[in-house]
Amino acid sequence: MKIRNQRDFGAGIMYMVIGLFFAILATQYPMGTAAKMGPGYFPFFLGILMFLLGVLVLLQSFSAKAAIESIPKFNWRIIAQITGSVVLYGLLLPRLGFLVAVVVLVLVSASASKEFTWKGSLINAGFLVAFTYSVFVLGLKLQFPLLPVFLQQ
Amino acid sequence: MDLFANLGLGFETAFTLQNLLYCLIGCILGTLIGVLPGLGPIATIAMLLPATYALPPIAALIMLAGIYYGSQYGGSTTAILLNIPGETSSVVTAIDGYQMARNGRAGVALFTAGMGSFFAGCVATLVLAAFAAPLSQLAFKFGPAEYFSLMVLGLIGAVVLASGSLIKAIGMIILGLLMGLIGTDVNSGVSRYAFDIPELSDGIGFVAVAMGVFGFAEIMGNLEKTGEDEGFLNKLTSMMPTKTDVKRMIPSILRGTTIGSILGILPGGGAALAAFGAYSVEKKSSKYSHEFGKGAIEGVAGPEAANNAAAQTSFIPLLTLGIPPNAVMALMVGAMTIHNIQPGPQVMTSNPALFWGLIASMWIGNVMLILLNLPLIGIWVKLLKIPYRFLYPAILVFCCIGVYTVNNTVFDVYVTAGFGLIGYLFFKLGCEPPPLLLGFVLGPMMEENFRRALLLSRGDFTTFLTRPLSLGLLIAAALLVVIVALPAVKKTREEAFAEED
Repeated sequence: MKIRNQRDFGAGIMYMVIGLFFAILATQYPMGTAAKMGPGYFPFFLGILMFLLGVLVLLQSFSAKAAIESIPKFNWRIIAQITGSVVLYGLLLPRLGFLVAVVVLVLVSASASKEFTWKGSLINAGFLVAFTYSVFVLGLKLQFPLLPVFLQQ
Repeated sequence: MDLFANLGLGFETAFTLQNLLYCLIGCILGTLIGVLPGLGPIATIAMLLPATYALPPIAALIMLAGIYYGSQYGGSTTAILLNIPGETSSVVTAIDGYQMARNGRAGVALFTAGMGSFFAGCVATLVLAAFAAPLSQLAFKFGPAEYFSLMVLGLIGAVVLASGSLIKAIGMIILGLLMGLIGTDVNSGVSRYAFDIPELSDGIGFVAVAMGVFGFAEIMGNLEKTGEDEGFLNKLTSMMPTKTDVKRMIPSILRGTTIGSILGILPGGGAALAAFGAYSVEKKSSKYSHEFGKGAIEGVAGPEAANNAAAQTSFIPLLTLGIPPNAVMALMVGAMTIHNIQPGPQVMTSNPALFWGLIASMWIGNVMLILLNLPLIGIWVKLLKIPYRFLYPAILVFCCIGVYTVNNTVFDVYVTAGFGLIGYLFFKLGCEPPPLLLGFVLGPMMEENFRRALLLSRGDFTTFLTRPLSLGLLIAAALLVVIVALPAVKKTREEAFAEED
């Protein structure tokens, strides 16, 4: 047996794990009966169904008819820069405020591009801060912590 | 016939200054994201959902609807001038539209696309108005068993018609359904899969899932593409079509409108599918079939009419049955729930101004769009010169701000980041996310109706098969699966999706 379609193989494993996870956790909630279902009933059977689909996808990846496909490489640098910039925004917003958080988000995420330049990104950051501030804060009057905590009185 | 009275009420609602303004904003935004490659209607509507909190519900829905059908207009501009489809639904427009542009007929191609979309939009508005009332009447006959079966049909239809691998897509639906169950169970008050995290007891935020899986994951996917194909930006030329052009485009527009209106209503239908369908019909039926791929005007007129018609008629299942037929409509469910409107047949009776106002706004929107897109095309062409490296940080900023304002908590920002990673994994494993979003929206509704149906039947599972309407819906769902599994159909279906890639 040889894995012909790696993507299906991976997807099958993922479905099986997720299905089991939901089904096993569902057993901790009251199951009830079909006529009087508890909170565990529906997710338990959905989880089982998901697991079975996972098995099916997995088996198909070995089939002689399966297209030969490999999982494309993960670009960890881009993942880290994009996800990191968003997490940084989340961390900074309550502490250093909206203005700093947006600038950091733009600069960190922009550095993921191959054509990154400091000048272009700074201009972009300045423009986006001014634009979002006027639309969301002045225009739509949404509530944000605007300035760093130590500057707020 | 109250149709005209109803439409009158609709136009009265839509013609207020505020609603006209939001319709215009929606159309402008729709054209904008349609023109810009790498930013689609799903991510945009998700981004703007939080911003509609402050608006009255009718204004919010008018604007969001405008984004969806507006993006169908804008998408063709990029496809024709740059050979890069601004939207998935304009992939086929790029084939012949770009060739027309290379032959110095860019203006005519744009004119054809615009007029096709406009005509289709007007017809689709009428179809929507005419079908809505009878379908809503039918929906009132539905009990929980019928609703459950209808959702099964809708979800199966969504993957049969619109995705590559059938089993993988069904898996994504079930994953979506399961994710929709996270949070407090309304019947028992038990908190499910929340792990004592207080933010999760209300469930995962719909906006966070949509933005993460569609916005963030797409950005990461776009950034790692090497050797960006910038394409050659064609010059604008005169828009005046010749007599032969007009003669050739009219039947195609009529066919495209019909195909689009039908495919839009079907579960799983929507703009992209309609465009593909119309293109293959044009290619097969045209006596100029040798010209296809080399700049046949039919190849622009048919698909462009079809995608706009379908974008509008896909509102029919949402507004009459409360069942979203595609991922964009799933977002509209989210938008309606934010404003405390339960989508379904009761909207028309309990909220007629909203219902008919939305429909009327689509016709007004189409008039605005044809004006925005034909005389003002030059402005949009300039936008094509904005490089992606400036665009994607802006998308991230809008997403982060938007998701924060839903509950004013950074927890949702982290959830979105997490779903970005999950979406990236899906992308690598070839699992398509739109079915997930549909399942996510339908999860709680499906469980609720499943429970109620079995409560009424005292635990007898045959209730789904003994009630004729429910049985009919389930048979239809089973037939769909069987038909797709037939070798002959399977082959053509695979070919269709291969063309799509």
